[in-house]
Amino acid sequence: MSVLKFSKTHEWAQVENNLATIGITDYAQKSLGDIVFIELPALGSKVKQGLQFGTIESTKAASELFSPLSGVVSEINKELINNPQWVNEEPFVRGWMMKIKFENNNELNSLMDEAAYKEFVKKEAH
Amino acid sequence: MENKVIFEKGKEGRRTRYLTKPEIPLKRADELLPKQFLRENLNLPSLGELDVVRHYTNLSRLNFSVDTNFYPLGSCTMKYNPKVNEALASMEEFTHVHPYQPSTDVQGALELIFNLEQILCEITGMNRFTFQASSGAAGELTGMLMIRKYHAIKKNKKTKVIVPDSAHGTNPATSSMCGYQTVIIESKENGLIDLDKLAKSCDSEVAAIMLTNPNTLGLFEENILKISEIAHKIDALLYYDGANFNPLLGITKPITMGFDAIHLNLHKTFSTPHGCGGPGAGAVGVSLAMSDFLPAPLVDKRGEDFYLNYKIKHSIGRVRSFYGNFNVLIRAYAYLTSLGADGLKRVAQNAVLNAAYIREKLKQYYEPCSILPSMHEVVFSCSRQKARGASALEIAKRLLDYGMHPPTMYFPLIVNEALMVEPTETESKETLDNFIEAMINIDKEISEEIEKVKNAPHTMPVKRVDEVYAARNLNLRWQSPGASF
Repeated sequence: MSVLKFSKTHEWAQVENNLATIGITDYAQKSLGDIVFIELPALGSKVKQGLQFGTIESTKAASELFSPLSGVVSEINKELINNPQWVNEEPFVRGWMMKIKFENNNELNSLMDEAAYKEFVKKEAH
Repeated sequence: MENKVIFEKGKEGRRTRYLTKPEIPLKRADELLPKQFLRENLNLPSLGELDVVRHYTNLSRLNFSVDTNFYPLGSCTMKYNPKVNEALASMEEFTHVHPYQPSTDVQGALELIFNLEQILCEITGMNRFTFQASSGAAGELTGMLMIRKYHAIKKNKKTKVIVPDSAHGTNPATSSMCGYQTVIIESKENGLIDLDKLAKSCDSEVAAIMLTNPNTLGLFEENILKISEIAHKIDALLYYDGANFNPLLGITKPITMGFDAIHLNLHKTFSTPHGCGGPGAGAVGVSLAMSDFLPAPLVDKRGEDFYLNYKIKHSIGRVRSFYGNFNVLIRAYAYLTSLGADGLKRVAQNAVLNAAYIREKLKQYYEPCSILPSMHEVVFSCSRQKARGASALEIAKRLLDYGMHPPTMYFPLIVNEALMVEPTETESKETLDNFIEAMINIDKEISEEIEKVKNAPHTMPVKRVDEVYAARNLNLRWQSPGASF
């Protein structure tokens, strides 16, 4: 069964068993504006919850991407590097960034579900 | 606009020749240089002199500069550069010296560096300065490398550098370059550093706190002494990014605020032309305790003679060839000595007054980022305008039609739809009033004829460019259709 979780730094994680697909949210892509460049981690590298895993650049600014979970990178969306506009167009579909194998289920509990994230964004916008 | 590059204008065999053959024998390049360093078929264009003159004169007329237009580019201090600086920096006595000359030959140049250091020490209260770094960012790196060495010698275990979220992007970059982990501290609602959060993040492994004061929101960090106390309690050093030093000239000193190492952007605060990458000078000043770490050489005096002192006890080594961008130092020295102490204080006062005037006149139209008073620059949020359909970018583009350079956009990152206006001290009230009127007009246009704003600029030789397309499809180099290199 798959669950969708969200971090306070506006990343999402689609979790199925111990595999998580990670990207940034619609709110994040809207705030950043047109994405022009993305830097993703190497396959097999380790990422840690709350720490940087990559860089994203829009016409406004360069920002860090923070991993919502700790784990090992098992796949990256290579095509996204040449098509950064997918993050704007379909942040939850073609805009996915990496897949990681994670072990610590406790970390999942520190993330928000969709309803909680919607509420969080509402507050953030003010 | 005609947009051919000069290579496309060439015609085989076309040239202008006014000079006849010289009477002295000339050597050809292949007699002087080894063959492997020579290239044939350079593919250089052939043109008449008049065509070349027109090409470059017309290009130069497209320049939008502080000498032609109001240029309130925040955080960059694009102040007017007095022409006396240029006259003095062009003197043959300066332009004809060479860094390999023995120091006995260039006493005047060394004296200038020596005197400039004395003046900056007086203004800032720091003990010594180095002028090697040739930009603000290079100055930061120099300062932070000294801080790293300070901790290494004391055998302090330090792993982190604290930077507020309103910091210049170069601050976290410098911290990373020095091998530290950057810890970002969120600002409070009013734009200042949150002391509680800072205190919580300050453990024994913090090497330094990097600050700009006034910060990038143009606000004075009024708790600076408390911040200094928090830092020094754990033997962390306080680094001052002097990009915003303009409003403090003659008012207060970094040493009084507790800073251990600082850099001043001579090309900003002390008026030398800059932009598009230089030339700059990041003068790095340090407290007495840090002076042993400065890059060598420093200019010192023995009796009446100036000399290059390479004996710096724990020097971090060179950070640049020779003594930095000497021509920038000449201009800064000319500026400082022509203004004097009273003049510099008035620079600071007028810089603040001008920004405050703009803020006061525009605050009912554009929302200031904080309730606290602005110093030398004022950051507005264009959220109200955005809600009516026009972004900060579009307002900035529209300003070009009014003959003004756009302010800095979307920085600091913590302000939505930010426009950062730094008028500087040299602008007249009339110029400021014109800017204010333009901004009010644009606000009105957003309600009444928004297309004018959305499609701006209309009067520039280059209209709205597709920045997204340009960034996604980088094409940085023109290539001749037949070029082989």
